[in-house]
Amino acid sequence: MANVAFDENQEIVKEKKTVKAFLNKFGSLIGLILLCLILAILNRDFLSLNNIMNIARQSSINALLAIGMLLPILTAGIDLSIGSILALSIMCMGIAVVNMGLNPIAGLIICVGTGALCGWVNGILLTKLRLPHPFISTLGMMNIARGLALIITAAAPIAGFPMAVQFLGSSFAGPIPVSFILVVIIYILFHLFLTRTATGKYIYAIGGNRDAAHLSGINVDRVLILVYTLSGLMSGLAGLVLVGRVNSAFPLAGLDYELDAIAAVIIGGASFFGGVGTVWGTMVGTLIIAVLRNGLNLMNITSDLQKTIIGIVIIAAVFVDVLRQRASKKQ
Amino acid sequence: MSIQALLELRNISKSFSGNKVIKNISFSVLPGEVHVLLGENGAGKSTLIKMMTGAYTIDEGEMYWNSKPVKFSGPADAMEYGIATVYQELNLIPELTVCENIFLGRELKKGARLLDRTKMRERAKNYLKRLGQNIDPDKKISELGVGQQQLVEIAKAFTVDAKLIIMDEPTASLSETETEQLLQTVDELIRQGISIVYISHKINELMEIGDRITILRDGAKVDTLDVKETSQDELIELMVGRALDEKYPKRPSLSMKQEGLRIENLKLKNSQSIISFSAYQGEILGISGLVGAGRTEMARAIFGADEKNSGDVYVFGKKVNIKKPKDAIAAGFAFITEDRKGEGLFLDQSLAFNINIASMKNYKKGMMLSNRELLQSAGAYIKALRVNPQRKEEHARNLSGGNQQKIVIAKWLATKAKIFIFDEPTRGIDVGAKVEVYRLINQLVQEGAVVMIISSELPELMGMCDRILVMNEGTITADLKKEEANQEIIMKAATGGK
Ligand SMILES: Nc1ncnc2c1ncn2[C@@H]1O[C@H](COP(=O)(O)OP(=O)(O)OP(=O)(O)O)[C@@H](O)[C@H]1O
Ligand SMILES: [Mg+2]
Repeated sequence: MANVAFDENQEIVKEKKTVKAFLNKFGSLIGLILLCLILAILNRDFLSLNNIMNIARQSSINALLAIGMLLPILTAGIDLSIGSILALSIMCMGIAVVNMGLNPIAGLIICVGTGALCGWVNGILLTKLRLPHPFISTLGMMNIARGLALIITAAAPIAGFPMAVQFLGSSFAGPIPVSFILVVIIYILFHLFLTRTATGKYIYAIGGNRDAAHLSGINVDRVLILVYTLSGLMSGLAGLVLVGRVNSAFPLAGLDYELDAIAAVIIGGASFFGGVGTVWGTMVGTLIIAVLRNGLNLMNITSDLQKTIIGIVIIAAVFVDVLRQRASKKQ
Repeated sequence: MSIQALLELRNISKSFSGNKVIKNISFSVLPGEVHVLLGENGAGKSTLIKMMTGAYTIDEGEMYWNSKPVKFSGPADAMEYGIATVYQELNLIPELTVCENIFLGRELKKGARLLDRTKMRERAKNYLKRLGQNIDPDKKISELGVGQQQLVEIAKAFTVDAKLIIMDEPTASLSETETEQLLQTVDELIRQGISIVYISHKINELMEIGDRITILRDGAKVDTLDVKETSQDELIELMVGRALDEKYPKRPSLSMKQEGLRIENLKLKNSQSIISFSAYQGEILGISGLVGAGRTEMARAIFGADEKNSGDVYVFGKKVNIKKPKDAIAAGFAFITEDRKGEGLFLDQSLAFNINIASMKNYKKGMMLSNRELLQSAGAYIKALRVNPQRKEEHARNLSGGNQQKIVIAKWLATKAKIFIFDEPTRGIDVGAKVEVYRLINQLVQEGAVVMIISSELPELMGMCDRILVMNEGTITADLKKEEANQEIIMKAATGGK
């Protein structure tokens, strides 16, 4: 008797669970769709193919940075240095390809490699020097990389990149920007990495309970170093797209880009306390920001006011999340 | 009954996301009685008391305090009425001192603002002395073992001017001596007219101090009995739904007696003496001692959990160099830690994640993990340990304490290690599920693993182990065969022969 009742209960729970799971998974997506609907009503151009591809192109840099940012945030950390690393990476590439005339492929590797190297240093600072929080190591790196980017070219921009370098940021496959295709591929890879590999699961474990992760035999330091290296690497990659887009490298590139990346990750449902967040959510978070900026541009709203509106959206999105969690947890 | 109840619940129900976990329970506490709550893991004991303390809201039903209806909007509210609570899970702040933790939120003041540190320190000392403890109030919580932390948690209850003290498994991490002391304190409180609601899975303890016992099963009340008119067997049957044939399942004795683990010259921090011993295949080695004797510290040192490990460790005759847990796991160790919330669980992850996290490597197919195999193995352990609820995707946070403990055990069983160190493995696990855990441990031994059990429960050690080491102040004071061991000898060695 008791057993039967128990099973019935489980069924009921399952039903309720799926509704909730659906909301949990697609809550931010519903927000995105609503946002698109409103913008489509307010402005006829919004849904044109041209504009949609525009959004895809405009969002790709932040999309690459945000997916890099997701990793440190999953481990209850942060990476403030991605904007500066982007600048340093593209300046290094500029010097190598334009000033020194190196092969453009070598240039691409230098760009991504510089990013990865800076990220690796972030990881080493955090784990080997035992700096108390990545806020500190990456704040330091943020200034160091920016300073270096300015120093190595005496603050001058570099233009005139060969096509091979510009390809990622400026080409189209039919109507679809190549940079957006790159984003999709990277996101699929990150999704597989986080959900289907042991290291991916360790990232969640470290963010969820670092002591338990350590005692479970996870090499916490190594995973953290990898996390920051990947985050830096994504900055380098985003830099490539930026150079292609504007056909120049300038030392103040990427200023404040970390803020939009953090915003995308958080709007996408990741928790600052670590252990919670998905690639899918980050995608939606990135798109919400991109759509919002695009729509506000179409409506000729000034960038100052845009800032204010995006600030409100960040707070509102996280607040909705808090409400949802409170409803499911506290009771 | 003619005596007026101090606290009475009438037809209380509570659901979590559509799942009814408390079903129409009525329950009363009389002035000056010890009312015991008994039930399997997940029966709803902790949920029920959290409604009495204002930590959870009540979905349906009413609550009366001295016959007047009350509604608590939070724990502070319940404290105002004189309800103090010792929760099942520790709620201490590791970086604050013992004294600061005890008075957290109820600091004593000099004048309007200034803290009265001297008075708080004095009182804290007093509270701890009542529990037979000599803990320095200025020590940080993080410097204490789990047992001592539990005592600090209990001491917190004394800061409330209580008429009712609720204790949810207060003795789960205490050894015999501390438990005895606590039971005496409870007696004293009762004589002062204070009522107690008491939860524990240690049935002989309940028989000793309880006046009435209410048994819960699957969220519903089975019965309320007078302790004098019942027996242990009857209680177990009411709670589990069937009789238990054996508390400590037997295992056939094995011929293999190869030395699996040898420790030489291990020195613990703050201890002058060294530790050397061996553990063999086919036997279970028990480690006994008082809270703070260095049992956990020794296990952590062997496992490489803390920075340095001074001694030599040999695994099946081969010397191994262990600097961190990863090395220990590679050498074949599994260490089931005593602090499940702090060091064992990933609370916001699924049961499957928690069970598999230490053995991920075994499920690799090329670079990817096989999700199907991961879920299969998780399902198998959930079934074997009778974890309730059985949903693999449930978050660990939503499990009852005992079921969380089972998940921690499952995580390490899944590693297929050769040497298992269990630190208080059955803490908070109900009598029925304990037998399942013992069966699994026996199976490990059968399969040739080396098993060590650190336990504060002497009956558990004497029931399960072939040999018992006794520790005192960071060293081994006795090495007893099962036949030689009895409570008296062990206690003597545990207190250093005093
Ligand atoms: N916050 C929560 N969310 C969802 N379910 C919960 C939550 N807290 C408890 N439960 C469920 O309620 C049931 C009762 O749990 P409770 O903690 O009261 O058990 P218990 O009798 O104290 O068990 P134990 O002896 O293991 O401590 C369990 O099935 C548990 O999974
Ligand atoms: Mg409980």
